[in-house]
Amino acid sequence: MLKINALHKSYAIGESSLHVLKGIDLSVETGEMVAIMGSSGSGKSTLLNIIGMLDVADSGDYILDGLPIEALTEKKAAVYRNKFLGFIFQSFNLINYKNALENVALPLYYQGLNRKKRQELALFHLEKVGLTNWSGHLPKELSGGQKQRVAIARALAANPKLLLADEPTGALDTKTSHEIMAFIQQLNDEGKTILMVTHEEDIAGMCKRIVRLRDGVIIEDKKVNQVRASQYV
Amino acid sequence: MLKFLIDKDTWQEVFDSFNKNKLRSILTMVGVWWGILLLIGLLGSAKGLENSFKKLFGDFATNSVFVWGNKTNIPFKGFQKGRRVRLTLTNALKVEEHIPGVAFVVPRNQRQVNIERKLSSEFFSIAGDMPLLNKVQKIKLKTGRFINQGDMQEKRKVVVISEDIYKQLFEVKAKAVGEYLQIDGVTFKVIGVFKEPDENLGPSIDAHMPFSTFQQVFNQGDVIGWITITGQPTADIKQVEADAKLLLKNLTKIHPDDKRAFGSFNLGDNYAKLTGFLKGMQFLTWFVGIATLIAGVFAIGNILLITVKERTKEIGVRRALGATPYEIKRQIVVEAVFLTVVAGLLGIISGGWILIVINHFYGQGAEAKIVNPSVSITVVFVALVILVILGTLIGLIPAFKATKIKPIEALREE
Repeated sequence: MLKINALHKSYAIGESSLHVLKGIDLSVETGEMVAIMGSSGSGKSTLLNIIGMLDVADSGDYILDGLPIEALTEKKAAVYRNKFLGFIFQSFNLINYKNALENVALPLYYQGLNRKKRQELALFHLEKVGLTNWSGHLPKELSGGQKQRVAIARALAANPKLLLADEPTGALDTKTSHEIMAFIQQLNDEGKTILMVTHEEDIAGMCKRIVRLRDGVIIEDKKVNQVRASQYV
Repeated sequence: MLKFLIDKDTWQEVFDSFNKNKLRSILTMVGVWWGILLLIGLLGSAKGLENSFKKLFGDFATNSVFVWGNKTNIPFKGFQKGRRVRLTLTNALKVEEHIPGVAFVVPRNQRQVNIERKLSSEFFSIAGDMPLLNKVQKIKLKTGRFINQGDMQEKRKVVVISEDIYKQLFEVKAKAVGEYLQIDGVTFKVIGVFKEPDENLGPSIDAHMPFSTFQQVFNQGDVIGWITITGQPTADIKQVEADAKLLLKNLTKIHPDDKRAFGSFNLGDNYAKLTGFLKGMQFLTWFVGIATLIAGVFAIGNILLITVKERTKEIGVRRALGATPYEIKRQIVVEAVFLTVVAGLLGIISGGWILIVINHFYGQGAEAKIVNPSVSITVVFVALVILVILGTLIGLIPAFKATKIKPIEALREE
């Protein structure tokens, strides 16, 4: 599904440069659920951004679903993001003047689907996250958990191969976090490949594999016994 | 692109972002609205002024000059100064014959007469006129006809009277044409009634009789009161005036430098000055209007730039969800054009209202200084096209700014 080889990335900070990723090798198979852990500054977010084609590596290979990702034009990157990737953010990043349904339909709009089809698909995915009755509500009228579920529905809408989640529970209380995690696990059970960045051990423990980063290198990569979030709900 | 423009979603996006910042969007549009309003209001008023001039001069051949005789001011060929200068029909015909650029010369005589009918009598001014007068100064007839060539040749005692004479000498609703009047004791037949012009250039005339009849009845001989020289449409009327005066001075033995011997009023020259003034005013209006428009459009660009800054996160999300840079740019340009065009349309509508108000207060009645203030569809169309072009150009600035935003920077958690 995903193969990364000797990935390097540095940022220029004034005169000097900061070497954030120092040769990352990672491969993820279809159906995996991987947590990328590390303290702040370990490079985990940068890695996720590169995987999400929001950022470009300085050197190294990145192959997504058999497709080498390199030297993409902005346009090509946009098309790939739309087709292959679904994003879930810590602060949800819903568009605040669009209601739940419109938010979910947005990636479909950029896919060029017609209105009717978009409505249909968006409703289907809202139903999947259990928010059919909230489809006409604006983000400000929803609770944090509901917002994140709308965001998940949006990430799923374009039927991506890979779900990327950046601290998906970072802005939620424990109970809601567990609800969201239960839902993400369910998606994984249905076969979705999921990659998430987190710094919370219990959240990472709900994945099937934990990759630990420190100072730009992988210090640990292990399979774990998944803790089911549903038992806390 | 066309598919994009007729797509409901495109406009949904535009309305959404408009609604999100209603007050700001409206304030932004004020600049463009004001520019168009000024443009329409000023252009319409200028047009109204032009119309009132046209109405004033409308019944005249404007490329004309009036010439009459005064007294000489320089002794010449044995004549003392102070000699009375008289125009003659013979000389007038020579002007028509010899001066280049002259279309025709209309000689006129005028005097005060007593007009009598039944028991009422009044003093009026009467002119002896050629049928040609109708070409220089359109006579608006209420009933009957004007003097014709037959009247001239046979020196018929016929008269065309003003509505004013008719009202004073005739009973209400009485028929005037075919009736008889006494003019200084001589019986004349009324052949027509004319409406006095709203504005009079030159002396006001209450009645017209054939030129030849005038000569005979008042024993005028060859002498005439004044002439109207009408130039050909392309002729330089100032040159015609100078040439004609010089010829007349030659014919009547007057010093060529004697400036006071002949008096004149050059209608063509004055008319040209007025229309020149109008042209200048229209130019100024366009200049002010377009300058204001540009300022307004810049205000829109400026606000959009700020909006883009504020919407950094939103744009980042859209990029992450698969919006191409082109799609982002297109959206912002459409928003800019939409704002400008809506503001422009509102400006055109309120400009139209202002013209209606101007028309209501200043455009009524015969004395109106502004007649039918209006702008042509062409002007409105040109203004709209300019708006679309300016809106697009100004929208490109924030659009490029928006695509410079890297999604990763936009989405960075604070």
